[in-house]
Amino acid sequence: MEIVSVILLVTGCIFILISAIGIHRMPDVYMRLSSTTKASTLGVSLIALSLMLHFLSLDLAFRLILLIFLIFLTGPIAAHLIGRAAYKTDVRMWHKSIMDEMKDDNGRN
Amino acid sequence: MLLDTITYFALPVLGFSFLLVFIRLIMGPSIPDRVVALDLIALIIIGFICCYALFADNLVFLDIATVLALIGFLGTAGFSYFLHRRAEK
Repeated sequence: MEIVSVILLVTGCIFILISAIGIHRMPDVYMRLSSTTKASTLGVSLIALSLMLHFLSLDLAFRLILLIFLIFLTGPIAAHLIGRAAYKTDVRMWHKSIMDEMKDDNGRN
Repeated sequence: MLLDTITYFALPVLGFSFLLVFIRLIMGPSIPDRVVALDLIALIIIGFICCYALFADNLVFLDIATVLALIGFLGTAGFSYFLHRRAEK
């Protein structure tokens, strides 16, 4: 059981490191958002699962399920809100981006 | 074995990713960049708190992690609300 817990902890830390490298290297707000929100949600959830497997108590398991549920619920909503606000405040896309589905015939917005 | 993993792998990796996100927070060209970096910093701190709760064998820290997740979401929602208001004007 301890081996599984260690593997989950290492995988979660690697996912958080991947999302940090993504936010540091990506060229655009939208790509940074896309690389950040998914990988970091999965990473924190894996770390919480590792705690759950290490302690194996029902009280702790309910609290950690609440934590994972909150992170999975609020992560995409926050990403959607900030992405929409970035588009509304005219943050430019990367110059090699080829698609902008929110643009209508009159230009932006 | 789990404690060795935390000390020699988990905390250094989390600290290095915190450093990378902090560089983006300092030099992010627009405000949404900085808001995204703050959101990710809140998640990394939740990871730190979980590791420290394992390390110290104390479960009270998990409530702090839950509250911090809610506060991070509220901060992002508030920032995006004000950016939206500023774009409407």
